[in-house]
Amino acid sequence: MALTGKAGEFFDETGRIARFAGRFFTMGLKPRYEIRELLTQCFIIGYKSLPLIGLTGFIMGLVLTIQLRPSLTAYGVESELPVMVGIAIVREIGPVITALIFAGKIGSSIGAELGSMKVTEQIDAMEVSGTNPFKYLVATRIAASTLMLPVLTILGDAISMYGAYIGVNIRSVTSFHLFFSQIFNSLSFGDLAPAVIKTFFFGFAVGLIGCFKGYNSSKGTRGVGSSANSAVVLSSVLIFIIDFLAVQLTDILGLNY
Amino acid sequence: MLSKKETPAITDTSKNSGEDVIVVEHIYKRFGTNIVLEDFNLVVKREENVVVLGKSGAGKSVLIKCIISLLKPDKGRILVFGENVPELNHDELDRIRAKIGFLFQGNALYDSMTVRENLEFPLRRHWIDFSQKDVDALVMDALENVGLTHTVDMMPEELSGGMLKRVALARTMILKPDVILYDEPTTGLDPVTAREIDNLIIKLQKKYQTSSIIISHDMNCVKNTADRVVLLLDGKCYIEGAYEELERSNDEKIKQFFE
Repeated sequence: MALTGKAGEFFDETGRIARFAGRFFTMGLKPRYEIRELLTQCFIIGYKSLPLIGLTGFIMGLVLTIQLRPSLTAYGVESELPVMVGIAIVREIGPVITALIFAGKIGSSIGAELGSMKVTEQIDAMEVSGTNPFKYLVATRIAASTLMLPVLTILGDAISMYGAYIGVNIRSVTSFHLFFSQIFNSLSFGDLAPAVIKTFFFGFAVGLIGCFKGYNSSKGTRGVGSSANSAVVLSSVLIFIIDFLAVQLTDILGLNY
Repeated sequence: MLSKKETPAITDTSKNSGEDVIVVEHIYKRFGTNIVLEDFNLVVKREENVVVLGKSGAGKSVLIKCIISLLKPDKGRILVFGENVPELNHDELDRIRAKIGFLFQGNALYDSMTVRENLEFPLRRHWIDFSQKDVDALVMDALENVGLTHTVDMMPEELSGGMLKRVALARTMILKPDVILYDEPTTGLDPVTAREIDNLIIKLQKKYQTSSIIISHDMNCVKNTADRVVLLLDGKCYIEGAYEELERSNDEKIKQFFE
């Protein structure tokens, strides 16, 4: 029986996104490679997002430390504050918050940019000029997004931990060396590797959904706005779904202990 | 009154009866239940300017997008330089597209690039071996043709509507194509600027001896540029002939365009 209504639309959309992703792997990864455009996109997506990621990471580390201190003090384990904050940032909060900020900035920007190019026939103009727009516009943006989010997450985590260090020193005095020694001594491969690996998937999801929504934008300014908006919403939801699956997987593999 | 079936070409007004550059044979194109092109035929000869006239939504833009393979016809053949465009693979299509210029209705200049980068883009993409010196010379030559050399380092957002159209025309001409497809080149422009664009089209056509299909419902543009006018109605070629001959027609469907 054919699915109708919302369920039908959901599966139809899911199928179209899967086909779009398939096209990235079949067409986008074949030569001719658009290296120059890829580097440009890495600069725009990665470097230009760093101030925002850095600022939010710093505040996140600071606030998390200030919020956690009373609870830990109540149990008499205030000295464990750096360890607690460090593990929370590296394993979960850093990757997820960075990815959500990234989805808001990059997902919407890719969706709006490609949507606008579509409605103003710039994508058609590119095709007429002997360029495969999927490879030039889509493959480069998905690849740049996939490669840059892990880098941003690592930098964001570092800045966040510095924020936590400032937070710890608001009410007590802890040396820089002691603070970071405590954090790094408590971290293991099982904390770092899954956290970094899942950010590749987060980045891929943000790039894929941004490009999918923009590339398939309907005509008119409303279509462009809708593409940007739905790119952010859908990629944010996908980030949580991927995160849930990643946590389940690491749990099965015994990496959460 | 002339009926569709009773109205073959009024006369053959082709400039020369030489090589057929574009041959459109029995093409059909529909979107859902909306039939846009139905058994449409057209021949464009070398150095001929053919204007396709029709109401909004008649399928004029669809026709030229089929010719350059931005859309695929449901049925029929489109021969460009003797090659059936809908059957070409990606590389063959690129080779053919390097010989065809396409002026988009909304100009379609890349708004993240300067005028120079916009003009360089087709040169860099078509795998034609140009040195930087050649590229610079071609860019300046193309801008000189449209009188806009001073805009070379400006962004599209800094240009007026007429300037944007002229830059788009320069980009279309930069590879010195044999065929140019114009999608409503004067739409949205004031009469003076529209006339300037018409004159540029004629000047560049004479300079580079191109063949053109011009989509328009601006009758001044049609009058100024057409060697032959093709009227597209209900997805078919209703009539074709010289502008003056169509203007004298008593057919109500033809007259409505000239009133």
